[in-house]
Amino acid sequence: MKELSLHVLDIAQNSITADATLVEIEIVEDTKKDILTITVKDNGKGMSEDFLKKVRDPFTTTRTTRPVGMGISLFESAAKSTGGQLLISSALGVGTTVTAEFVHSHIDRQPIGNMADTFLTIINTKPEIDYVYTHKFNGAEFTVDTREIKNVLMEVDITTPDVLVWLKENIEQSLNDIMGGKQ
Amino acid sequence: MKSLAELEAIRNKTINAMNIRKDGENGIRIVVGMATCGIAAGARDTLNAISEELAKRNVSHATVSQTGCIGMCRLEPIGEVLEPGKEKVTYVKVDREKAVRIVNEHIINNKPVVEYTIGAVEK
Ligand SMILES: Nc1ncnc2c1ncn2[C@@H]1O[C@H](COP(=O)(O)OP(=O)(O)O)[C@@H](O)[C@H]1O
Ligand code: FES
Ligand SMILES: [Mg+2]
Repeated sequence: MKELSLHVLDIAQNSITADATLVEIEIVEDTKKDILTITVKDNGKGMSEDFLKKVRDPFTTTRTTRPVGMGISLFESAAKSTGGQLLISSALGVGTTVTAEFVHSHIDRQPIGNMADTFLTIINTKPEIDYVYTHKFNGAEFTVDTREIKNVLMEVDITTPDVLVWLKENIEQSLNDIMGGKQ
Repeated sequence: MKSLAELEAIRNKTINAMNIRKDGENGIRIVVGMATCGIAAGARDTLNAISEELAKRNVSHATVSQTGCIGMCRLEPIGEVLEPGKEKVTYVKVDREKAVRIVNEHIINNKPVVEYTIGAVEK
């Protein structure tokens, strides 16, 4: 993957496949502590303890179209290559939380990339469920929550092109605001 | 956060348009494979390029959506064009540029871009 936002897209697709109805994405950047963490939390079907032990192995998958899975192992190597780590907690019937920790300034840390596109793509994957994206940068933060948006839209689909354009501009502008123009 | 009032204005405008437009039922479906290999190969941009071009050209007889693994990793990003009564056309290694051409030539002008299809690439 070229950007961390593509990993986010892929990991969130796991949550959707696991029948989540709420997927929460949080990115926290702390340049003083030199940490970047990305968390994808869902309320999907979860994984058993046994399965969780082997899920980082690329040969672990429940998909039927090919013998190897790899989203999680790719995300883990991206974190590890910066001196960070990947944490997964999961419980059957409760949900799953995947957290990747990166050393912010590490030369091998991939750029975050286009989170607006990733968020829009996730919404389009399954518009019926809800998504929250929070981004924190050195104490400043913003959140976008599809439940709030749907409350305003009522019978209008969240995938209406004009709505998506509004959402994209909203995310881009908000990211720019919290970073004080550093993006 | 941009104002929710703006969103509400979009909502009202859309509701008015909804009463006029009624399509997509018998239209063309374009699907893009969005499993891990697809995403790694650039499928997010492919998908966006297609929906942007459809919007730009005001195409109302075709929609684009995502699908999971199509099973041909090294040919990703893959896009399939499904049209009622016609055979499925599979495009491989679809980048932004190819996506734009496929929309214009295949979807709008009804001439599949043969050189991008799996049959031509696999020869
Ligand atoms: N959020 C999740 N909830 C439940 N199960 C998950 C979740 N994420 C991953 N899994 C399980 O772990 C397996 C491996 O995931 P991954 O590495 O992304 O590969 P793939 O999605 O291609 O199978 C999945 O097949 C699925 O069974
Ligand atoms: S595993 Fe599905 S295309 Fe590669
Ligand atoms: Mg996966």
